[in-house]
Amino acid sequence: MIEMKNVYKKYPNGIVAANGLSIKFNQGEFAYIVGPSGAGKSTFIKMMYREERATSGDIVVNGMNLTTLKNKEVPYLRRQIGVVFQDFKLLPTLTVYENVAFALEVIEEQPDKIRKRVMEVLDLVGLKHKARMLPNELSGGEQQRISIARSIVNVPKVVIADEPTGNLDPETSWDIMNLFEEINARGTTIIMATHNKEIVNTIRRRVIAIEGGLIVRDEHGGNYGYEI
Amino acid sequence: MKSRTIKRHFRESLKTLGRNSWMSFASVSAVTVTLLLVGVFVMIMMNLNKIATDLENDVEIKVLIELEADQKAEETLQKQIKDLSGVDSFTYSSKEEELNHLVKDFGEDLSLFKQSNPLRNVIYVKASDPQKTAEVAEKIEKFDNTHEVLYGKGKIEKLFNFLNISRNVGIGLIVALLFTAMFLISNTIRITIVARKHEIEIMKLVGATNWFVRIPFILEGMWLGLLGSIIPITVVTIAYVKLHSVLQPKLQGEMFQLLDVTPFIIEVDLLILLMGVFIGVWGSFMSVRKFLKV
Ligand SMILES: Nc1ncnc2c1ncn2[C@@H]1O[C@H](COP(=O)(O)OP(=O)(O)OP(=O)(O)O)[C@@H](O)[C@H]1O
Ligand SMILES: [Mg+2]
Repeated sequence: MIEMKNVYKKYPNGIVAANGLSIKFNQGEFAYIVGPSGAGKSTFIKMMYREERATSGDIVVNGMNLTTLKNKEVPYLRRQIGVVFQDFKLLPTLTVYENVAFALEVIEEQPDKIRKRVMEVLDLVGLKHKARMLPNELSGGEQQRISIARSIVNVPKVVIADEPTGNLDPETSWDIMNLFEEINARGTTIIMATHNKEIVNTIRRRVIAIEGGLIVRDEHGGNYGYEI
Repeated sequence: MKSRTIKRHFRESLKTLGRNSWMSFASVSAVTVTLLLVGVFVMIMMNLNKIATDLENDVEIKVLIELEADQKAEETLQKQIKDLSGVDSFTYSSKEEELNHLVKDFGEDLSLFKQSNPLRNVIYVKASDPQKTAEVAEKIEKFDNTHEVLYGKGKIEKLFNFLNISRNVGIGLIVALLFTAMFLISNTIRITIVARKHEIEIMKLVGATNWFVRIPFILEGMWLGLLGSIIPITVVTIAYVKLHSVLQPKLQGEMFQLLDVTPFIIEVDLLILLMGVFIGVWGSFMSVRKFLKV
């Protein structure tokens, strides 16, 4: 469902962040992207939802070729991908409910369907009872759960997360991981960049290690492999 | 686009209008000043134009024929004038008819000239394009048997020159103001865009189309333009109706008249409104293009 062939990325400042990446993800997979700081993990992730455009090579996501995808078609790619960040990216003036509903409103979804779906995902992440609260009235873990709820509200085939537990304490991180596993169990592909050795070594999944813009290891059930 | 979406865009655009009220106020004021000048300018220019046309339609060339010219020579001259390009129509008037006119205008005292008429036979010529009157007159002057060719020499040219100059000065002034107003609007919109950077980022992340992101900002610009056209429309309409009611009675029977209140003032109002919308939409478009990387 996601395939990269010989992907090369050079930023305008001359830094090469992807130096010939080739990889394939199947539907329903759960994969970690690991590697030292500055290795090119975020770049790898950004290229999958066309936040960054590859300098050369092919990236195909759900049958769409991102190298040739027109800018005005990018929104339709994004509707098929859920994205989660370290810093949550919630809107502080909107309630929990409104933050999640926002993702469906701006793609002009039916109001009935919005209400139904938002309550469903809030239930899934266990925050239905806090729907009327504002983000800053919630803990970091709860905020991240809202942002995950938002990422899956449109039923994407894949959720991409860039260090989703980076700002959270260990215990909360495990809650978030349980949530990702549950989403994955329902058939959604999860691709997650992380520096969390504990998690990678405990919840054993596919591990892709990147160094200097190159894939140096791709192992099913692998370990983290770096000392912190 | 769904009506729900349109409603949402309108709501969003109105919300931000109130939020940076000082910048909105500055933009609206700039639009107001600009459009007020546009309105007054158009009002004056259109009326001057009307007056000039009224006057110029009255411009005739008077060709005085040599006394020695016999009937045959006069007919030749008429044929030459008739064949001349740029001539709309001409009429021949004998010296007896000319004298009758004078008598009618200035009284019977002149009738004693009937014994020895000092006047000449005349051909009145009208140019098809009044602005070419001088040109046509010069050509006729070169024909045989013309004693003198007269027309409102100078006066007409001066009027047209004046009109052209004031038109250019006015347009220059308005264009400068137009740019100022657009610049202020685009600045207001830029502030809105920066203030909503975070929201825009998330909208794009979850797959909102570029137009969905842009439209509220363009609508905001449109509101600024529309608000700016309210005072100019009111002022121009009232002023013209007043002016017309005061001046027009004094112009009764004159060669030139003001333009009627309707449809003229409705056209001017519409022009102001459209320009307001144009300034607003274009001003915000510049910002949207520059600062909204969608
Ligand atoms: N927008 C950008 N412009 C220029 N260079 C960039 C940009 N983004 C990233 N880089 C550079 O590309 C390289 C890879 O960066 P990237 O963010 O992908 O690393 P990372 O693996 O995610 O690191 P970290 O673990 O610290 O998040 C780095 O050298 C970085 O400085
Ligand atoms: Mg990173």
